[in-house]
Amino acid sequence: MPVVFIPTPMRDLTDGVTEVNVTGNTVGEVIDALEQRFPGIKSRLCRGDKLAPGLQVSIDATMTLRGLRTAVAPASEVHFLPTIGGG
Amino acid sequence: MSKKIHVSTTVNGESVEFLCEARQSLLEVLRENLSLTGAKEGCNNGNCGACTVMLNGVPVNSCIVLAVEVEGAAIETVEGLACHGHLHPIQKCFLEGAALQCGVCTPGFLVTAKALLDKNPNPSEHDIRFNLANNLCRCTGYDKIVKAVQAAAAELQTR
Amino acid sequence: MAHANELYLGKQDYQVLGKRPVRHDGTDKVTGKAIYTADVQLPNMLHGKIVRSPHAHARIKSIDASEALAMPGVFAVVTADDFPDLTEKFALMGEAGQVNLTELAANCLAKGKVLYRGHAVAAVAAANVHIADEAASKIKVEYEVLPSVTWVLDAMKDDAPLLHEHLRTDSMGKKADKPSNIAVHLQFEKGNVTDGFQQADVIVEREFRTASVHQGYIEPHAVVALWNEDSRLKLWTATQGSFNCRQQVAELLQIPVSQVLVVPCEIGGGFGGKITVYLEPVAALLSRKSGRPVKMVMQRNEVFEGTGPTPGSFARVKLGAKKDGTLVAGEAWLAYDCGAFPGGMIGPGCMCVFSCYDLPHAKVDGFDVCNNKPKTQAYRAPGSTQAAFACEQVIDELAEKLNIDPIELRLKNAAKEGTRRVDGPVYPRVGFVECLNAAKNSEHWKSKLSGKNRGRGIAAGFWFNIGGASSCSASVNDDGIVCLVEGSTDIGGTRTSIAMQLAETLGIAAEDVRPQVGDTDSVGYTFLTGGSRVTFATGLAAYQLGLDLQEQMKQRAASIWDCDPTSITVDKGVYKQNGHSLTFKQIAAKIPENQLDPVVGRASVAPEGSTNAFGVHIADVEVDPETGKVTVLRYTAIQDAGKAVHPSYVEGQMQGGAAQGIGWALNEEYFFDAKDQMRNASFLDYRMPTCLDLPMIDTIIVEVPNPSHPYGVRGVGETPIVPPPATIANAIHAAVGTRMTQLPMSPPALWKALSERA
Ligand code: FES
Ligand code: FES
Repeated sequence: MPVVFIPTPMRDLTDGVTEVNVTGNTVGEVIDALEQRFPGIKSRLCRGDKLAPGLQVSIDATMTLRGLRTAVAPASEVHFLPTIGGG
Repeated sequence: MSKKIHVSTTVNGESVEFLCEARQSLLEVLRENLSLTGAKEGCNNGNCGACTVMLNGVPVNSCIVLAVEVEGAAIETVEGLACHGHLHPIQKCFLEGAALQCGVCTPGFLVTAKALLDKNPNPSEHDIRFNLANNLCRCTGYDKIVKAVQAAAAELQTR
Repeated sequence: MAHANELYLGKQDYQVLGKRPVRHDGTDKVTGKAIYTADVQLPNMLHGKIVRSPHAHARIKSIDASEALAMPGVFAVVTADDFPDLTEKFALMGEAGQVNLTELAANCLAKGKVLYRGHAVAAVAAANVHIADEAASKIKVEYEVLPSVTWVLDAMKDDAPLLHEHLRTDSMGKKADKPSNIAVHLQFEKGNVTDGFQQADVIVEREFRTASVHQGYIEPHAVVALWNEDSRLKLWTATQGSFNCRQQVAELLQIPVSQVLVVPCEIGGGFGGKITVYLEPVAALLSRKSGRPVKMVMQRNEVFEGTGPTPGSFARVKLGAKKDGTLVAGEAWLAYDCGAFPGGMIGPGCMCVFSCYDLPHAKVDGFDVCNNKPKTQAYRAPGSTQAAFACEQVIDELAEKLNIDPIELRLKNAAKEGTRRVDGPVYPRVGFVECLNAAKNSEHWKSKLSGKNRGRGIAAGFWFNIGGASSCSASVNDDGIVCLVEGSTDIGGTRTSIAMQLAETLGIAAEDVRPQVGDTDSVGYTFLTGGSRVTFATGLAAYQLGLDLQEQMKQRAASIWDCDPTSITVDKGVYKQNGHSLTFKQIAAKIPENQLDPVVGRASVAPEGSTNAFGVHIADVEVDPETGKVTVLRYTAIQDAGKAVHPSYVEGQMQGGAAQGIGWALNEEYFFDAKDQMRNASFLDYRMPTCLDLPMIDTIIVEVPNPSHPYGVRGVGETPIVPPPATIANAIHAAVGTRMTQLPMSPPALWKALSERA
């Protein structure tokens, strides 16, 4: 099962839990599974059917722009990070 | 609209006449009236050197020279550096030495460097840095520009 | 899709990469023939001018343009009211995420309130620039002046003047209960810092402040807009991303993207500052109103007061180490201003502050704060330089306290493959240790520096490579020359680095590829030039394009030899099968002779981003204690480039970034007076380094291949600006024993610090 790292400001919803294993083949499914366990987390991670503005996903060390459709392998780590631009 | 003034001058060896307003700078006339857009506008107040041209053999910031002042003068711009299909050694050394990135400062540097080498064919690194200090480049850190001028000086010496 | 980590081919002998061909656009640029936006002239063209706010913060009571419009030669005036209604409208813009269109429009033309001096309020189009100037001065704007704030910590106070009455701090989806200027609060935690610091034998904690600086590109913003009667809008512009510009303009004007054509002209520098639109939508509106093409070119003071800058910042950084130098804990509290509208560089600031080190316990808090400055924009590794200025000085001080060599201390704690970052992810193969070793073995580091008031400093820096979409296409001519059209605007020679990767893939010479940057109608979608992505991502597209062309060339050869294309082998551009052999050029020549299908290739990619660009800088300085002036005597920049495609341009990026960083360190700042007016909005008073201020900048390129690129390429453009301020600060400390915690370390600032100590 992929392991999700709970962003620090959201740990109020997880009772301080920092990492959880949840099922899911995509980031969207992973978030749905998180919501089952920690109600309210989805509305903080998403706006409508998209990732919330200013957020991106990193699967292991790979930062992706594919949002909720991003594939997640069983051994992956899922991180929610601020978006990065660049000059 | 203010009255226009007639000016006769020489640009890159050709005699040129134009009509301009008293408030127009040489840079504006070169670019707008004469379609010589090689000289660039970076600041329009004499602080960046992107507009450098030679006026009677002396490099000037053309944005702070009034066009009416060039009556009877000889102007050289970057467009006049290459001749008969051949790049000037300074241009060649800038190219080969990768002394440009965005290239917007390059015309000014080339003209300033030409003025320097015309008067001092064997400049030290300090001479080069001192004479080029009127020109700003934000991309290169100047390292390759200084080296390109050194290479051009060496090449011109062997001629 | 192949996993990104598996792309590196492990090739050793390159034919083209690593060589230094003359850049393809070079001759145009040394002869003055290259066309930049301000050089574009259209028939019947008007000139536009912006009216800007003289106040840092004010309510707009009225705008009266009647006198201006009555002038002969004046054709149109526009204000914020000319934008369509954008209330509650957001646009998804690549990796910038969702952009609030109301705010984007209000930054182009203020609506209701002006939020900084220089904020655009109205614009006028006239027959020439002089009439436009006069007309602009006749547009009467009545203001009600409001209290203002420009220092980030002041803007965070409870009683600070509020820029946006409804702004409430967002902390990952949770909103604060009352309004403030703090747009975002971020937090990252790894391990348990309290426990961590308990294990420390030595702890160093310091506070740092940095002033806003500008990207300082020499070419001011410029655009030519032509809104035609068929509703097609054509824009010639200086932009880092023609497709991003197209999308912003289309969204702001609420027209379909395909109605907008963006022609990217040569661009005179960007460094992150030419991504967001300022003039483009305004010129478009003026063109629509006047029915004529409109050119707008900013003056330098407008560039300073109306665009850029990078955040001013406050940082408190604390690090703890054991006696042997092992870092045990780190804590950072960062506040960056974002200027007039939310959305600054605090995210990457937080992610970069400890990114060079392996910290078992760490906590980072970050705040994005609105104040009365222009909306901040990216500037080369945005957010990372301020963070490194803080962290790398604390590391230096720890090394001193522990009596450990500063390179050894960094080596002991260096981030490497497998290190977990404070923000969570684990590093893939990175080259930080290699950069540190290169520094340690450098002639510069081993040389002796002697003399009074002289000192040597070292510091490290980190930045990401963002991913994003890139497209290119190419056709093969009869003479074997490949015409390449790519979508990445070229600010520093990337046309050549992309062409070289195509040439390498095809086994032909770099000179046999003719690259060109396409407009938005002639090439596939390509994300902007920035985030150190072009040579990496568009280079990846060029590689795949090469494979496509090669496959087609095999098929043509197979038709000529009447064989199965799969039986053909290709080595260094020579195609062989069963005793036959033809070069790429020979096949190209035979295609028309044999009436074969022309060869046209294409590729588009959207690679993922990565965390992998490290650099280390060394500086020797001399301090004049009488004046506080710092002279940089010697400078070396070391960086992991993965594979340096064109070493001269990699060096150029390192040297240019270092020079900008030295300017940031020693002189550059937005200087505000008591009324929050910028007092140094010219190149005379905003002192960027000239060539007399700098020494030669030596470079050492380290090559640790990037696993997510076939040739191992890493982006190199941004990291070089990160280490310089900390490097120089550490060198100043070594020279005179004073720790400079404020940027810029200008003569008055250093002189003051030295006199206070005496
Ligand atoms: S444009 Fe003339 S000196 Fe800058
Ligand atoms: S090459 Fe861009 S300013 Fe000099």
